[in-house]
Amino acid sequence: MTAPPDDCLARNEWICGAYLSTRRQILLDAVAQHLQLTVIAVLVGLVIAVPLAVLARRWGWAAGPVLAATTVLYTVPSLAMFSLLLPVYGLSAALVVAGLVLYSLTLLVRNILAGLRAVPEETRQAARGLGYGPVRLLLTVELPLAVPAAMAGLRIATVSAVSLVTVGAIVGFGGLGNLIYAGMNTYFKAQVLTASVLCVVIAVAADLLLLGAQWLITPWTRGARG
Amino acid sequence: MNTLAEAWHWLTDPAHWSGDDGVRHRLAQHLVLTAVCLVISCLIALPVALVLGHLGKGGALAVNLSNIGRAVPTFAVLVLLLLTPLGGYGEGPTVVALVLFAVPPLLTNAYVGMREVDRSVVRAARGMGMTGRQMLFQVELPLALPLVMNGVRIAAVQLVATATIAALAGGGGLGRIITAGFNLASTPQVVAGAVLVAVFALIVEGLFETAERLAPRLARGRR
Repeated sequence: MTAPPDDCLARNEWICGAYLSTRRQILLDAVAQHLQLTVIAVLVGLVIAVPLAVLARRWGWAAGPVLAATTVLYTVPSLAMFSLLLPVYGLSAALVVAGLVLYSLTLLVRNILAGLRAVPEETRQAARGLGYGPVRLLLTVELPLAVPAAMAGLRIATVSAVSLVTVGAIVGFGGLGNLIYAGMNTYFKAQVLTASVLCVVIAVAADLLLLGAQWLITPWTRGARG
Repeated sequence: MNTLAEAWHWLTDPAHWSGDDGVRHRLAQHLVLTAVCLVISCLIALPVALVLGHLGKGGALAVNLSNIGRAVPTFAVLVLLLLTPLGGYGEGPTVVALVLFAVPPLLTNAYVGMREVDRSVVRAARGMGMTGRQMLFQVELPLALPLVMNGVRIAAVQLVATATIAALAGGGGLGRIITAGFNLASTPQVVAGAVLVAVFALIVEGLFETAERLAPRLARGRR
């Protein structure tokens, strides 16, 4: 009988190079699933949130119900959210995405609406004086000016989504959360720590990426400062 | 619609309310867990935030901590703690993970609340010869209280919601009804559990809302 290999995997250490090299493909797949779930959820959230915020801005009476509905959605716990959607989507990746979309809505709608409301009345009047119709006013003046506030919401929503994806492990679509869940059941320390650290790395990287994107698409905010 | 009806049946069945796995026991666990975590988080975060806010230092720390807090999945922290020696202490890992989760929003809100206090009022207080301690407790804190309490409310509601994650790692609370439902492939039970948690969170939100409305009236009544 051969003796069991005496490496960090056998000793079940927290930090383990052998884990990284032997489970490379598993880790890459998990990261890919994690990114996919996050990106789709945030994009869908954005596609729904922008019209909602624009409607709430256009008709004052709509703002109350829209904000109230998204706030109630935010109060529903993530585990419960996934379960409430279970009858609709079944055990699927769509379930996790739908849950994440509903979560990101609160943050996105709130911030985009705040951005739209912060557009100075004089600016709007000036654009109207130049003969801008409501659609052109919205697309070329109001929405661009709301970008910084919207981006702040987008960053929070993305970072939250990255960490919430892990809860999707309950239905088997949790990206790195799957590894954490499996690692918990088998007491696999290296797997839990590696997956957790990767989650944080993805969140921070996404945040920096969005910050960079904001810097690129809002050149007019840079001139004033320096 | 059918699932909702079945969930309602599950909820109204008295057999599901009693016993160690019953709703009543899980609700009590959930309540105790969130209350304990909220108190510990407040004891840690509020003194630090109030002093930092009073001194006007550490703003970047308070805000960045909150952002980092959002990036770290509570579930990951919980599992990591479970695998450390702390894991042997029953609810210990859950409490630590939830406290770590609740401290950042508390800290940020309380700090911002203290900094939003009108500076001229603070200068006037200093001009009246108040000591730092008097200014903190008699001027800044009362004026910052609405924002500080808003932070406590956000933390409380999020704690109720997040405490369900403890069940993923074998802890107690209402989340157990949900995970048990998943294991039994019983959608009505899963939905029933989710509804219970959501209603609990909304009740907590409502209680804070009511307290916020009544507090000024009560304070006036005392005078």
